Amino acid sequence: MAKTIMTVDDSNSVRQMVGFTLKGAGYDVLEACDGQDALSKLNGSKVHLIITDLNMPNLDGIGLIRSVRGLAAHKFVPIVMLTTESQASKKQEGKSAGATGWIVKPFKPDQLLAVVKKILG
Amino acid sequence: MDNQKAIFKEEAYELLAELEEAMLELEEKPEDMELVGRVFRAMHTIKGSGAMFGFDDIAEFTHEVETTFDLVREGKLTVTPQLMSLGLAARDHIKLLLEADEDGSAVDTVRGREIIDAFKALQDGGDNDSAPDADAMAATGAGALAGIDNAPEEERVETIYRIRFRPHPELLANGSNPILLLKELADLGQCSYLAQTDNIPELDALEPEACYTFWDIVLVTDQGVNAIRDVFIFVEDDCDLTIEPVDEEGLGEENYKRLGEILVERGDVSSEDLTGLLNGQKRIGQMLVESDLVDPGKIESALLEQDMVKTKRQERRAAKTASSIRVAADKLDTLVDLVGELVTVQARLSQKASQNMDAELLTISEEVERLTAELRDNTMSIRMLPISTTFAKFKRLVRDLSKELGKQVELNTSGGETELDKTVIEQLSDPLVHIIRNSIDHGIEAPDVRQADGKPPHGTVNLSASHAGANVLIRIADDGAGLSVDKIRAKALEKGLITADADLSDKEIYNLIFAPGFSTAGEISGVSGRGVGMDVVKQSIEALRGQVDVESTPGQGTVMTLKLPLTLAIIDGFLVKIGDGMYVMPLASVEECLELTRAQADQAQDRTMINLRGDVVSYMSLRRMFAVEEAAPEFEQVVVAESNGMRIGFGVDRFIGQHQTVIKSLGRTYQDIREISGATILGDGTVALILDVQQLVETMQQTLSQAA
Repeated sequence: MAKTIMTVDDSNSVRQMVGFTLKGAGYDVLEACDGQDALSKLNGSKVHLIITDLNMPNLDGIGLIRSVRGLAAHKFVPIVMLTTESQASKKQEGKSAGATGWIVKPFKPDQLLAVVKKILG
Repeated sequence: MDNQKAIFKEEAYELLAELEEAMLELEEKPEDMELVGRVFRAMHTIKGSGAMFGFDDIAEFTHEVETTFDLVREGKLTVTPQLMSLGLAARDHIKLLLEADEDGSAVDTVRGREIIDAFKALQDGGDNDSAPDADAMAATGAGALAGIDNAPEEERVETIYRIRFRPHPELLANGSNPILLLKELADLGQCSYLAQTDNIPELDALEPEACYTFWDIVLVTDQGVNAIRDVFIFVEDDCDLTIEPVDEEGLGEENYKRLGEILVERGDVSSEDLTGLLNGQKRIGQMLVESDLVDPGKIESALLEQDMVKTKRQERRAAKTASSIRVAADKLDTLVDLVGELVTVQARLSQKASQNMDAELLTISEEVERLTAELRDNTMSIRMLPISTTFAKFKRLVRDLSKELGKQVELNTSGGETELDKTVIEQLSDPLVHIIRNSIDHGIEAPDVRQADGKPPHGTVNLSASHAGANVLIRIADDGAGLSVDKIRAKALEKGLITADADLSDKEIYNLIFAPGFSTAGEISGVSGRGVGMDVVKQSIEALRGQVDVESTPGQGTVMTLKLPLTLAIIDGFLVKIGDGMYVMPLASVEECLELTRAQADQAQDRTMINLRGDVVSYMSLRRMFAVEEAAPEFEQVVVAESNGMRIGFGVDRFIGQHQTVIKSLGRTYQDIREISGATILGDGTVALILDVQQLVETMQQTLSQAA
């Protein structure tokens, strides 16, 4: 069975690109436009990995990670955050919030897949 | 992808508009850091998305602009009208680049460079150190694995690393899976790991969501230490990780590290404790465990490392193909015979020594035993030859055959460095020739047939060899038509090998090709089908105490696997007693031993199976098999052996123990007794028969199916 990955980003183009890449590699993709949206879509669905941006309206990536780690059903789900080189402190914050890994923007599709493969096995 | 590009462009135009607005505002309120942030974010997103969607020129150009605004944001540069006009010029240039992609118009690259140079000049006015240099940009453009630094290209030297990966208990809480990390590590090279479990608390103190296990890993890789660090990049803050090279190719050949040295180096035991202990006579590992200084897991892990280093060094030495001498083969044969005699005499000495209870004699006999074992291993290794010597001649065979048959066949070989006893290699050649002939003649189809099936016109035969325990596996795989169950069945019926109502699995039908006088080729060709069938192949392999196995997928090809013992002359055996007779089983096939009461044993005999910790395991009483008449002992002991992936329990009277077994053949009179593969002479001069475990299993299966 294909594994389901949730992508959370407020930028439509990034979401499209990430979604397209993951679908091409055989994953099922669930899209959410911000943290709030992600949490509501998480409710009741089985997600194997969450890939989230950090800067988002409503609920940002850090907030999303914290909330997910607080949910009994999803507390062990791997979460990958999308960061930029200039956000070293953000990366640390995300890690302590409970992120599993990170991808530095900008990235190419095969870099994304390498990280997904690393974390999902 | 075009659709995605369109989405990116749409977004980029929006961002450019936002950028323009923010910059114009900023010009009026140069102190407003909020506005600086807006400009920076817009630039940043354009750069990031641009690189992702393949607009590398935009990404590269925007990078400099972004860097400059980053300096402004950090307060290292101030907003000046000059900066603003440059920023606006940059924004216009990005727009041009975007449009150029759309309508293919040429872009004034000189103008772009001028803008960048101007920005660089501005950056130099600021703090030089914080400005990322051009190299960093190039790296981003080239795309180091996201979040992971690309290690500089190093010379690839194979190194053995000792890695201790000790996850913090809360590692699992952020979704990391240590098992995946270990798997990833194993992809880097030859890897052995040992889980250390001594931190796992008692059940009532156990936190189910915490990770208590830690791992000692020995990894042989040529990928360098950075590749190993990359594996752990996401968890480096959540674990204690030590990576140390322990043995590098090209380093001086110092002696192997002693177990104690390894433990001290790892900090598992102090050197004072160690020296205090060294006066004893036992093995160091055992002493350390007994005195509770180190737990057995640590010792095992250190031994593992020692082992890896040893084997690697040996491999390297072999690779150097140092000076060698040629010796006549019969001299070697004589040497092996002599070692065999020595082993037998040594067994007598050991027995005598233990009977006499003479401590001094016992010490000498133990010394002799150790030396003999070493001499034996050494002599055997002299007789080992790489199998590539045989592989080489098949290239020609394949070439000639495929020409003759009008087929296109390619032969790939791998594992040619695998070593086998000289005698085995010599006797292996003919069966291999036969199997390869069969593959090309019956297996690989003619080019036009292959193309019609959507396969490449040239077929491939893969010949590979590898080690598996005390055996060597040789695989001959072709990508031809595969075996036809229907054809084999029909043929077997015609030849009277099976009855029309026989209920056979595919595997059993495949195995019919080994039945005497079997040939499925429609017409007899000059290549195969000259009266020598696969039955001869099977016989010759079994004469080498090996096994043949066939697997096939219709349309995808056939795989023949030959499993051969490493050596024919001396093996490690397991000595058992049944009635008054002594028997030896090859130690490599023994999995475990257990004991049954008489009542349980009788029950097991009726049911022909035993319950092994919940698993049903076939059972066979060797006492019954060999019609032993002496009274059965009160307790029956059972040797669980493995054969063809199946476990079988053999009921015997008593275990005696491990025994260096010099194999003597039984001579022609007994050649039809297939369950006994040979005999050996024990220390007291009695003869013990060597049991052929696989043959015993087959015999039992036949008896069972007849009974059914």
